[in-house]
Amino acid sequence: MAEATAVAHDDHHYSSTGLPSWKVGFWAFIGSECLFFASLISTYLVYKGRSVTGPFPEEILNIPLTSVSTFILLMSSLSMVLALDAVQRGNRRLTLIWLAGVIVLGAGFLGFQAYEFNHFVHEGLTLGTNVFGSSFFVLTGFHGAHVTAGVIWMITLWILAARGKIGPADSLKVEVAGLYWHFVDIVWIVIFTLVYLIQ
Amino acid sequence: MSSEVATHVQEGNGGHASPGFYWAIGGILTVITAVEVAIFYIPALAGAMVPLLLTASATKFLLVVMFFMHLKFDSKIFSGLFLAGMVLATFMTVALTVLFHVLPRLGA
Repeated sequence: MAEATAVAHDDHHYSSTGLPSWKVGFWAFIGSECLFFASLISTYLVYKGRSVTGPFPEEILNIPLTSVSTFILLMSSLSMVLALDAVQRGNRRLTLIWLAGVIVLGAGFLGFQAYEFNHFVHEGLTLGTNVFGSSFFVLTGFHGAHVTAGVIWMITLWILAARGKIGPADSLKVEVAGLYWHFVDIVWIVIFTLVYLIQ
Repeated sequence: MSSEVATHVQEGNGGHASPGFYWAIGGILTVITAVEVAIFYIPALAGAMVPLLLTASATKFLLVVMFFMHLKFDSKIFSGLFLAGMVLATFMTVALTVLFHVLPRLGA
Protein backbone atom coordinates (compact mmCIF):
# COMPACT_ATOMS: atom_id res chain seq x y z
CA MET A 1 0.00 0.00 0.00
CA ALA A 2 2.88 2.27 0.84
CA GLU A 3 4.30 1.52 -2.60
CA ALA A 4 1.00 2.42 -4.20
CA THR A 5 0.97 5.71 -2.33
CA ALA A 6 4.56 6.37 -3.28
CA VAL A 7 3.83 6.06 -7.00
CA ALA A 8 0.52 7.93 -6.92
CA HIS A 9 2.16 10.90 -8.63
CA ASP A 10 1.90 9.30 -12.06
CA ASP A 11 -1.17 8.99 -14.28
CA HIS A 12 -1.80 5.31 -13.66
CA HIS A 13 -4.63 3.97 -11.57
CA TYR A 14 -3.84 1.28 -9.04
CA SER A 15 -6.13 -1.51 -7.92
CA SER A 16 -6.61 -2.50 -4.27
CA THR A 17 -3.75 -4.96 -4.75
CA GLY A 18 -1.38 -2.05 -5.36
CA LEU A 19 -0.92 -3.21 -8.94
CA PRO A 20 -1.66 -1.01 -11.99
CA SER A 21 -5.30 -1.48 -13.02
CA TRP A 22 -4.42 -1.43 -16.71
CA LYS A 23 -2.02 -4.28 -16.28
CA VAL A 24 -4.32 -6.39 -14.08
CA GLY A 25 -7.11 -5.92 -16.62
CA PHE A 26 -4.85 -6.71 -19.52
CA TRP A 27 -3.57 -9.93 -17.97
CA ALA A 28 -7.21 -10.95 -17.40
CA PHE A 29 -7.86 -10.18 -21.09
CA ILE A 30 -4.87 -12.32 -22.10
CA GLY A 31 -6.25 -15.15 -19.95
CA SER A 32 -9.54 -14.94 -21.86
CA GLU A 33 -7.68 -14.80 -25.18
CA CYS A 34 -6.02 -18.09 -24.25
CA LEU A 35 -9.49 -19.66 -24.26
CA PHE A 36 -10.41 -17.96 -27.54
CA PHE A 37 -7.40 -19.33 -29.38
CA ALA A 38 -7.68 -22.70 -27.62
CA SER A 39 -11.17 -23.06 -29.08
CA LEU A 40 -9.84 -22.35 -32.60
CA ILE A 41 -6.85 -24.68 -32.16
CA SER A 42 -9.12 -27.40 -30.72
CA THR A 43 -11.42 -27.06 -33.74
CA TYR A 44 -8.44 -27.49 -36.07
CA LEU A 45 -7.25 -30.56 -34.16
CA VAL A 46 -10.74 -32.12 -33.99
CA TYR A 47 -11.11 -31.84 -37.79
CA LYS A 48 -7.51 -32.86 -38.48
CA GLY A 49 -7.33 -35.74 -40.99
CA ARG A 50 -11.07 -35.63 -41.72
CA SER A 51 -10.95 -33.87 -45.08
CA VAL A 52 -12.29 -36.11 -47.86
CA THR A 53 -11.06 -33.90 -50.71
CA GLY A 54 -7.74 -32.14 -51.17
CA PRO A 55 -5.61 -30.16 -50.99
CA PHE A 56 -4.39 -31.81 -47.78
CA PRO A 57 -1.98 -30.20 -45.28
CA GLU A 58 1.03 -32.34 -46.26
CA GLU A 59 0.56 -31.31 -49.92
CA ILE A 60 0.31 -27.61 -49.40
CA LEU A 61 1.97 -26.35 -46.19
CA ASN A 62 5.34 -24.73 -46.88
CA ILE A 63 7.61 -25.38 -43.89
CA PRO A 64 10.69 -23.37 -45.02
CA LEU A 65 8.55 -20.30 -45.73
CA THR A 66 6.68 -20.54 -42.43
CA SER A 67 9.94 -21.12 -40.54
CA VAL A 68 11.19 -17.78 -41.84
CA SER A 69 7.96 -16.00 -40.86
CA THR A 70 8.12 -17.66 -37.41
CA PHE A 71 11.68 -16.38 -37.00
CA ILE A 72 10.51 -12.90 -38.03
CA LEU A 73 7.74 -12.90 -35.40
CA LEU A 74 10.14 -14.11 -32.70
CA MET A 75 12.56 -11.32 -33.58
CA SER A 76 9.70 -8.81 -33.42
CA SER A 77 9.15 -9.91 -29.82
CA LEU A 78 12.83 -9.29 -29.12
CA SER A 79 12.49 -5.85 -30.70
CA MET A 80 9.41 -5.17 -28.53
CA VAL A 81 11.14 -6.01 -25.26
CA LEU A 82 14.13 -3.87 -26.29
CA ALA A 83 11.73 -0.99 -27.06
CA LEU A 84 10.26 -1.29 -23.55
CA ASP A 85 13.78 -1.33 -22.10
CA ALA A 86 14.62 1.84 -24.06
CA VAL A 87 11.45 3.59 -22.83
CA GLN A 88 12.19 2.68 -19.22
CA ARG A 89 15.72 4.06 -19.63
CA GLY A 90 14.38 7.25 -21.25
CA ASN A 91 16.26 6.64 -24.51
CA ARG A 92 13.98 8.14 -27.16
CA ARG A 93 16.18 7.30 -30.16
CA LEU A 94 16.35 3.60 -29.28
CA THR A 95 12.63 3.58 -28.45
CA LEU A 96 11.86 4.78 -31.98
CA ILE A 97 14.31 2.33 -33.56
CA TRP A 98 13.00 -0.74 -31.73
CA LEU A 99 9.32 0.21 -32.13
CA ALA A 100 9.99 0.66 -35.85
CA GLY A 101 11.59 -2.79 -35.77
CA VAL A 102 8.39 -4.27 -34.32
CA ILE A 103 6.29 -2.53 -36.98
CA VAL A 104 8.51 -3.65 -39.88
CA LEU A 105 8.84 -7.24 -38.63
CA GLY A 106 5.12 -7.48 -37.84
CA ALA A 107 4.26 -6.16 -41.31
CA GLY A 108 6.76 -8.64 -42.75
CA PHE A 109 5.00 -11.51 -40.98
CA LEU A 110 1.68 -10.30 -42.40
CA GLY A 111 3.24 -10.13 -45.85
CA PHE A 112 4.32 -13.78 -45.58
CA GLN A 113 0.81 -14.71 -44.44
CA ALA A 114 -0.79 -12.83 -47.34
CA TYR A 115 1.57 -14.61 -49.76
CA GLU A 116 0.73 -17.98 -48.17
CA PHE A 117 -3.04 -17.39 -48.30
CA ASN A 118 -2.81 -16.22 -51.91
CA HIS A 119 -0.74 -19.28 -52.85
CA PHE A 120 -3.22 -21.62 -51.13
CA VAL A 121 -6.17 -20.07 -52.96
CA HIS A 122 -4.35 -20.53 -56.27
CA GLU A 123 -3.73 -24.17 -55.32
CA GLY A 124 -7.46 -24.62 -54.79
CA LEU A 125 -7.67 -24.37 -51.00
CA THR A 126 -10.28 -21.90 -49.83
CA LEU A 127 -12.44 -21.46 -46.73
CA GLY A 128 -15.07 -23.75 -48.26
CA THR A 129 -12.93 -26.39 -49.97
CA ASN A 130 -12.71 -28.85 -47.07
CA VAL A 131 -12.60 -28.93 -43.27
CA PHE A 132 -8.83 -28.41 -43.34
CA GLY A 133 -9.31 -25.19 -45.32
CA SER A 134 -12.11 -23.97 -43.04
CA SER A 135 -10.30 -24.62 -39.75
CA PHE A 136 -6.90 -23.51 -41.08
CA PHE A 137 -8.04 -20.17 -42.51
CA VAL A 138 -10.19 -19.35 -39.47
CA LEU A 139 -7.36 -20.13 -37.03
CA THR A 140 -4.51 -18.41 -38.88
CA GLY A 141 -6.82 -15.64 -40.10
CA PHE A 142 -7.81 -14.67 -36.57
CA HIS A 143 -4.16 -14.77 -35.56
CA GLY A 144 -3.30 -12.52 -38.51
CA ALA A 145 -6.07 -10.13 -37.48
CA HIS A 146 -4.51 -9.93 -34.01
CA VAL A 147 -1.09 -9.21 -35.55
CA THR A 148 -2.68 -6.49 -37.71
CA ALA A 149 -4.24 -4.87 -34.63
CA GLY A 150 -0.85 -5.10 -32.92
CA VAL A 151 0.93 -3.40 -35.83
CA ILE A 152 -1.62 -0.55 -35.77
CA TRP A 153 -1.10 -0.23 -31.99
CA MET A 154 2.70 -0.09 -32.50
CA ILE A 155 2.38 2.58 -35.20
CA THR A 156 0.31 4.64 -32.74
CA LEU A 157 2.97 4.24 -30.05
CA TRP A 158 5.72 5.15 -32.55
CA ILE A 159 3.92 8.37 -33.48
CA LEU A 160 3.46 9.25 -29.80
CA ALA A 161 7.12 8.49 -29.10
CA ALA A 162 8.21 10.57 -32.12
CA ARG A 163 6.21 13.52 -30.71
CA GLY A 164 7.94 13.09 -27.37
CA LYS A 165 4.79 11.92 -25.60
CA ILE A 166 6.22 8.61 -24.41
CA GLY A 167 8.74 8.81 -21.60
CA PRO A 168 9.77 6.64 -18.66
CA ALA A 169 6.60 7.70 -16.77
CA ASP A 170 4.51 6.28 -19.63
CA SER A 171 6.34 2.98 -19.84
CA LEU A 172 3.20 1.12 -18.73
CA LYS A 173 1.56 2.03 -22.06
CA VAL A 174 4.41 0.37 -23.93
CA GLU A 175 4.51 -2.55 -21.49
CA VAL A 176 0.82 -3.35 -21.99
CA ALA A 177 1.25 -3.13 -25.78
CA GLY A 178 4.24 -5.43 -25.39
CA LEU A 179 2.18 -7.96 -23.43
CA TYR A 180 -0.29 -8.07 -26.32
CA TRP A 181 2.49 -8.47 -28.88
CA HIS A 182 4.25 -11.24 -26.96
CA PHE A 183 0.92 -13.04 -26.50
CA VAL A 184 0.38 -12.99 -30.26
CA ASP A 185 3.89 -14.43 -30.56
CA ILE A 186 3.28 -17.33 -28.14
CA VAL A 187 0.03 -18.17 -29.93
CA TRP A 188 2.02 -18.47 -33.16
CA ILE A 189 4.60 -20.69 -31.41
CA VAL A 190 1.75 -23.11 -30.65
CA ILE A 191 0.19 -22.82 -34.13
CA PHE A 192 3.54 -23.36 -35.87
CA THR A 193 4.12 -26.58 -33.96
CA LEU A 194 0.60 -28.07 -33.96
CA VAL A 195 -0.47 -27.03 -37.47
CA TYR A 196 2.71 -26.88 -39.54
CA LEU A 197 5.23 -29.24 -37.96
CA ILE A 198 3.02 -32.00 -36.51
CA GLN A 199 1.06 -32.97 -39.60
CA MET B 1 22.06 -15.35 -15.06
CA SER B 2 20.76 -13.64 -11.93
CA SER B 3 23.47 -10.98 -12.19
CA GLU B 4 22.08 -10.11 -15.62
CA VAL B 5 18.65 -9.46 -14.20
CA ALA B 6 18.13 -6.01 -12.81
CA THR B 7 16.08 -5.35 -9.72
CA HIS B 8 12.40 -4.54 -9.72
CA VAL B 9 11.45 -0.98 -10.43
CA GLN B 10 8.37 -1.37 -8.33
CA GLU B 11 5.99 -4.23 -7.80
CA GLY B 12 3.52 -4.53 -10.64
CA ASN B 13 5.57 -2.51 -13.07
CA GLY B 14 7.72 -5.53 -13.71
CA GLY B 15 11.39 -6.05 -13.24
CA HIS B 16 13.57 -6.01 -16.29
CA ALA B 17 16.80 -7.46 -17.49
CA SER B 18 19.64 -5.98 -19.50
CA PRO B 19 19.41 -5.74 -23.31
CA GLY B 20 22.18 -8.34 -23.53
CA PHE B 21 20.02 -10.79 -21.59
CA TYR B 22 17.11 -10.21 -24.00
CA TRP B 23 19.41 -10.76 -26.99
CA ALA B 24 20.53 -14.04 -25.40
CA ILE B 25 16.90 -15.16 -25.03
CA GLY B 26 16.26 -14.14 -28.66
CA GLY B 27 19.25 -16.24 -29.74
CA ILE B 28 18.00 -19.26 -27.80
CA LEU B 29 14.54 -18.88 -29.40
CA THR B 30 16.14 -18.79 -32.84
CA VAL B 31 18.21 -21.90 -32.17
CA ILE B 32 15.18 -23.82 -30.85
CA THR B 33 13.16 -22.86 -33.96
CA ALA B 34 16.00 -24.10 -36.18
CA VAL B 35 16.13 -27.37 -34.19
CA GLU B 36 12.34 -27.78 -34.61
CA VAL B 37 12.63 -27.47 -38.39
CA ALA B 38 15.59 -29.89 -38.39
CA ILE B 39 13.57 -32.43 -36.39
CA PHE B 40 10.81 -32.15 -39.00
CA TYR B 41 13.21 -33.02 -41.84
CA ILE B 42 15.30 -35.79 -40.18
CA PRO B 43 13.65 -39.16 -40.98
CA ALA B 44 15.49 -40.94 -38.14
CA LEU B 45 13.63 -38.76 -35.61
CA ALA B 46 10.19 -39.45 -37.07
CA GLY B 47 9.24 -41.79 -34.21
CA ALA B 48 10.05 -39.22 -31.55
CA MET B 49 9.00 -36.20 -33.56
CA VAL B 50 5.81 -35.32 -31.68
CA PRO B 51 7.26 -35.32 -28.13
CA LEU B 52 10.41 -33.54 -29.32
CA LEU B 53 8.47 -30.80 -31.11
CA LEU B 54 6.06 -30.35 -28.21
CA THR B 55 8.99 -30.03 -25.79
CA ALA B 56 10.74 -27.49 -28.03
CA SER B 57 7.52 -25.51 -28.46
CA ALA B 58 6.82 -25.52 -24.71
CA THR B 59 10.37 -24.29 -24.04
CA LYS B 60 9.95 -21.36 -26.46
CA PHE B 61 6.55 -20.58 -24.97
CA LEU B 62 7.97 -20.49 -21.43
CA LEU B 63 10.98 -18.37 -22.41
CA VAL B 64 8.75 -15.71 -23.97
CA VAL B 65 6.25 -15.73 -21.10
CA MET B 66 8.85 -15.69 -18.31
CA PHE B 67 11.35 -13.20 -19.73
CA PHE B 68 9.79 -11.14 -22.54
CA MET B 69 6.44 -10.87 -20.71
CA HIS B 70 8.32 -10.51 -17.41
CA LEU B 71 6.21 -13.02 -15.47
CA LYS B 72 9.43 -14.35 -13.93
CA PHE B 73 10.03 -10.99 -12.25
CA ASP B 74 6.49 -9.67 -11.89
CA SER B 75 3.66 -10.04 -9.36
CA LYS B 76 2.29 -13.56 -8.86
CA ILE B 77 -1.20 -12.15 -9.39
CA PHE B 78 -0.39 -11.70 -13.09
CA SER B 79 0.91 -15.26 -13.26
CA GLY B 80 -2.34 -16.43 -11.65
CA LEU B 81 -4.50 -14.56 -14.16
CA PHE B 82 -2.54 -16.01 -17.07
CA LEU B 83 -2.37 -19.54 -15.66
CA ALA B 84 -6.13 -19.60 -14.99
CA GLY B 85 -6.77 -19.06 -18.70
CA MET B 86 -3.96 -21.36 -19.80
CA VAL B 87 -5.06 -24.26 -17.59
CA LEU B 88 -8.66 -24.02 -18.81
CA ALA B 89 -7.49 -23.70 -22.42
CA THR B 90 -5.16 -26.69 -22.16
CA PHE B 91 -7.84 -28.80 -20.47
CA MET B 92 -10.36 -27.93 -23.20
CA THR B 93 -7.92 -28.75 -26.02
CA VAL B 94 -6.82 -32.05 -24.47
CA ALA B 95 -10.40 -33.07 -23.63
CA LEU B 96 -11.65 -32.41 -27.18
CA THR B 97 -8.66 -34.18 -28.74
CA VAL B 98 -9.21 -37.25 -26.55
CA LEU B 99 -12.96 -37.17 -27.22
CA PHE B 100 -12.65 -36.95 -31.01
CA HIS B 101 -9.37 -38.72 -31.76
CA VAL B 102 -8.38 -41.11 -28.97
CA LEU B 103 -11.70 -42.58 -27.79
CA PRO B 104 -13.00 -43.41 -31.31
CA ARG B 105 -9.78 -45.39 -31.98
CA LEU B 106 -10.29 -47.32 -28.76
CA GLY B 107 -13.84 -48.13 -29.84
CA ALA B 108 -15.36 -46.29 -26.91
